[in-house]
Amino acid sequence: MSETAFLLGQVFNGFSVASLFVLAALGLALSFGLMRVINMAHGEMLMLGGYLAYLTLHVVPGPLGIIVAMPVAFIGAGIIGGLLEWSVIHRLSSRPLDTLLATWGVSLILQQAARNVFGAIGVEVVAPDWLNHTVSISGGPLVGLNLPATRIFILLIAGVVLGGIALLLKKTRLGLFVRAVNQDRPIASAMGIDSRRIDLVVFALGTGIAGIAGVVLALLGPITPTVGQSYIVPAFLVVILGGLGSLTGTTVASLIIGFISAFAQIFLDVSVAQVVLLVFVILFIQVRPQGVIAVRSRALEE
Amino acid sequence: MFAKDWRFRLAIGAIVMLIGIVAPWIVTSYALTLLTRFLDLAILALGITLIWGEGGVLSLGQGVFFGLGGYALALNLKLAGLTPGNLPDFMIWSGVSTLPGFWEPFRSPIIAVLGVFFIPGLFAAGFSWLVFRRRVGGVYFALITQALALAFSTLLISQQAYTGGFNGLTNFSTLFGIDVTTNSFGTKLYYTSLMCTVLAYLGLRRLLTSRFGVVLRATRAGENRVRFLGYDPTPYKVVAFSVAAMLAGLSGALFTLAAGVISPALVGVVPSIEMVVWVAVGGRTSLWGAIAGTLLVNFAKDQISSALPSLWLYALGLLFILVVSFLPNGIAGIFSTEVLGSYHHRLRVLKAMDAE
Repeated sequence: MSETAFLLGQVFNGFSVASLFVLAALGLALSFGLMRVINMAHGEMLMLGGYLAYLTLHVVPGPLGIIVAMPVAFIGAGIIGGLLEWSVIHRLSSRPLDTLLATWGVSLILQQAARNVFGAIGVEVVAPDWLNHTVSISGGPLVGLNLPATRIFILLIAGVVLGGIALLLKKTRLGLFVRAVNQDRPIASAMGIDSRRIDLVVFALGTGIAGIAGVVLALLGPITPTVGQSYIVPAFLVVILGGLGSLTGTTVASLIIGFISAFAQIFLDVSVAQVVLLVFVILFIQVRPQGVIAVRSRALEE
Repeated sequence: MFAKDWRFRLAIGAIVMLIGIVAPWIVTSYALTLLTRFLDLAILALGITLIWGEGGVLSLGQGVFFGLGGYALALNLKLAGLTPGNLPDFMIWSGVSTLPGFWEPFRSPIIAVLGVFFIPGLFAAGFSWLVFRRRVGGVYFALITQALALAFSTLLISQQAYTGGFNGLTNFSTLFGIDVTTNSFGTKLYYTSLMCTVLAYLGLRRLLTSRFGVVLRATRAGENRVRFLGYDPTPYKVVAFSVAAMLAGLSGALFTLAAGVISPALVGVVPSIEMVVWVAVGGRTSLWGAIAGTLLVNFAKDQISSALPSLWLYALGLLFILVVSFLPNGIAGIFSTEVLGSYHHRLRVLKAMDAE
């Protein structure tokens, strides 16, 4: 295997890890920008998406099961997310730290519920045949470069979701409302926007995306009650790096975190790579405490 | 009125102290070991009251400082139990032939005891200064400390040959030449824990009524306003965080002695956030609430998880949601001076009406 092929393989790996982080962090970043709250049960929405994929594949076996699972997981996780927003998070609005604690409670309950329903041992989702192969390059300077089809598929999904959300925010009436509330909640409300409903819709949308991320995770490994926990901490770091409610910021931050994880894991063991990641984030906020993309404002954040 | 309230509090305090002192004679030895452990944990909870309740800074990584204190003492305990020239058993199993350098200083129990305070304290000071000086706080700080807890516990697990890995460090025999396995040591440890908890309580009370406490509380209420008044809130927050970390270190060291073990499972993400719930239940701005909350939640955990293990996580989850949503000032909120005050006020009004 040539040097370039190895390097390109790792670049591809970085992109593929980053695309997972984008899917996991996008919903968090959207509602964080809007409401300044972090949903600690977001990881359990990934888990829910994974289990929904598992169930869907039982009902719809065959090559297209995984495609059907996407909307199922999106809607399922979206509904649960909406309920969560309506019942817990909305009550605690303007108390972000308390929201953190209350949603952590929700996360514990969902994990234990999954343990009781599906068992502590993970369930497997078998990738369909059309995803179960590797694109190998057998000639030219890139000989030996292997690209697993699932990884390419994940990249595609992340691209489609990102594009969809960007279009939704830029081109639709709902997107206009979201941007308005993002900029200035009281003024947007004064203009007749029901900011309460926007919160609910964006939150449900965000958890829905996490549901899709869960389907994708199911292709990579078994779904366990704590599967969300392993992805959620990097997703939080993405939110910190990304800056408030910026789609570009979240994407760039996911790429940074994804590449650091992918490259650190070549040279170091996984646990040391985690320390490297944390040190990087702390150093990064020394330079840019507002994140990659800073929203300029004359208001003083309190 | 005020004097009466003051005397009332002193009386309650005296009664609680008395119960604490005679406890070894009235409870079973099993209950006493639990009480010892939970009092040790209460020291950490007092620290959370300082940074979260008074400083408004939520840390989801107190387990890290608890662990640093616990491991600092455990290194000494492990080395003290060895015959000279030998290595701890897990190192031999992992094929380590010489003692790693960072273990060496802990041969001295004095260095280990100093390490219990200063390793977490200095680490917390450096870490929090880096974050707070860039005015990163609130939710961001909570998430960064959680990432810290995750990194710390996975590092401990993966460096099996140097840290004992997932099983942690256990099988202790002597500290300062005293046998730690006897019953009389258990009683001594109980009184030490009780004394440390009381000292931490009194010390923090003193700290919070000082000018430092006032600025810290003002920072929680409005950090920018504190800046406008000419104060830099950063050092106040850093000091509060470091003091809390030192208390967590002491808590970890005492707990390690009481439980006879320190392991990654005690210091990771989940235990770290569980520590916050003790304080939330007790009442985040109340020092006695932190102690009461810690004892209450932990005794409940012991009862529930021995009867119905899977129920405990549901109960814990619900506890988080309910306390935060409906009882933000916890148990102490029920007894707060405002409520008592209004009760006294009503009483006075009623008496005045009677007299007429």
